[in-house]
Amino acid sequence: MKIAVCVKQVPDSWAEKKMVDGVLDRAGVDAVLNDLDEYAVEEALKLVEANSPTGESGEGSGHSITVISMGPERATEAIRKALSMGADDAIHVVDNALAGSDALATSLVLAQVIKSGGFDLVICGTESTDARMSVVPAMLAERLNWAQLTFANSLTVDPTSGSIKIDRVTEIGVEKMEAKLPAVVSVVEKINEPRYPSFKGIMAAKKKVITSQSLADIGIGADLVGAKAAWSSVKDSLPRPARGVGIKLEDSGNGGAALVDFLAEKRVI
Amino acid sequence: MSAVLILVDSQGGVVSKATAELATFAKRLGDVTAVVVGADVSAQLSALPISSIVVVGGVDAEKNGVPAIVDALAAVIAAKNPSAVLIASSARGKEVAGRLAVRTNSGLITDAIDIDAQGIATQSVFGGSTTVHSVVTHGTSIVTLRSNSVEAQSGTAGATENITATPTPSTTLASVTALEPVVKGGRPELTEASIVVSGGRGTNGDFVPVEAFADSLGAAVGASRAATDAGWYPHSHQVGQTGKTVSPSLYVACGISGAIQHRAGMQTSKMIVAINKDPEAPIFEVADYGVVGDLFAVLPQATAAVAAKK
Repeated sequence: MKIAVCVKQVPDSWAEKKMVDGVLDRAGVDAVLNDLDEYAVEEALKLVEANSPTGESGEGSGHSITVISMGPERATEAIRKALSMGADDAIHVVDNALAGSDALATSLVLAQVIKSGGFDLVICGTESTDARMSVVPAMLAERLNWAQLTFANSLTVDPTSGSIKIDRVTEIGVEKMEAKLPAVVSVVEKINEPRYPSFKGIMAAKKKVITSQSLADIGIGADLVGAKAAWSSVKDSLPRPARGVGIKLEDSGNGGAALVDFLAEKRVI
Repeated sequence: MSAVLILVDSQGGVVSKATAELATFAKRLGDVTAVVVGADVSAQLSALPISSIVVVGGVDAEKNGVPAIVDALAAVIAAKNPSAVLIASSARGKEVAGRLAVRTNSGLITDAIDIDAQGIATQSVFGGSTTVHSVVTHGTSIVTLRSNSVEAQSGTAGATENITATPTPSTTLASVTALEPVVKGGRPELTEASIVVSGGRGTNGDFVPVEAFADSLGAAVGASRAATDAGWYPHSHQVGQTGKTVSPSLYVACGISGAIQHRAGMQTSKMIVAINKDPEAPIFEVADYGVVGDLFAVLPQATAAVAAKK
């Protein structure tokens, strides 16, 4: 089974994020592998462990895990992290024209890389912790015309029959879904516990191949991506006005009653 | 006046509150057509401010989910040429919006909390720390809106018509083989509730006072990640960056320190109350009203005080 895992480098979720010229200021903050993508890498590793006779992927095993990422030069740090967890190799689409791309352009680029890679399965996290749209996996399924199995909290694949099953967990409940490969899967963070890269894994990752590709390499025009090609535009962005200084009271035996009086006075209850 | 579509949001044959909110927003933009896909719930739309209803056949939304709904909406877009499509910001709604944007070469804005007559959408991003105004500049404006963002208006629905969509070939579709709906307790749904009372690490696993206070207010119960990870409360109730985003009129955080990940899921609440033993807890920075005290003393007293006011 040839598995692709899509990952994104994002600002550390603890960092303070702000907008500069209508886009997230990425330069001034620490960048990490999107938390939710670690679950996607882990799930790919678990699928290989379940289906490969040796429990491993790589040459001769019939299984491979390729990390795909679109992002600036420094996104290689996030890619190395995924490789140190155990993925085999990576494709990094890096091009100055990509800056400011929206989800539509991102999915266009990722789909193009996936199309040319002969993959059976694509696994993604449900969302990136910066933009939080959670639309790219569904967009990939649309562009690739593959089955969409998203918001999975369990995943099983039978490589022989090509059948794939998930439990899709959303606000409406749990839907048991099945399809035939190829498929696009997104995983929620309850599906597994991502492994920490071992020392051996970190050392091995340094030797793994990250193929850097430009837009020209993958055959997408620079006019289709980036801030200029985005089909929505930010008119303005403002820091939310600070909440007025609230009332803070030390409970001296009357805190609960005082709270309810306040709520009644403000007519919220 | 241009046509505007809303995707009717229903679950188990019942139209959700979000649908009336979508209709209210859409009316600002033009003539509203409500699109029904799946269970025919058109009879429940009679008191909505909508000009017409389209019931789409030919696709199986119950079985095939998101792509089937996209097939349906694409057929209605082809027939009506709307300027905008408004969809509820649920997991499914956002996926439908994403695929529809690709299918129809249109721009997309998700998780808006407001949209004006010019189609300018307001989003609250980065855990509520930044307000962004943006607009779709290509194709049909596809916008998903968070529930509870507007007071729903009523009206009288116009005529109903039927359209048949061409489904995506089934070989590339996933099928739903079983659905276990979320068990609806006596409490309102977390993302739709106008009041949410949440418990965190400070409950030490005892949610009884949190639930009692929630019930006295007819509120939904939420939980921090610390509480759900500890197994004290179901993950489906988690509020925060990796859980649900809520925006109620009143949010009561009990024994929750207020890490940025939690605040990301509740900071747009209209009023925030915090009860915490630690006077330095960051939750107090966003609270309109804070009680520094033991939730096991404060909540029962508050519950009794609410009962006394009834």
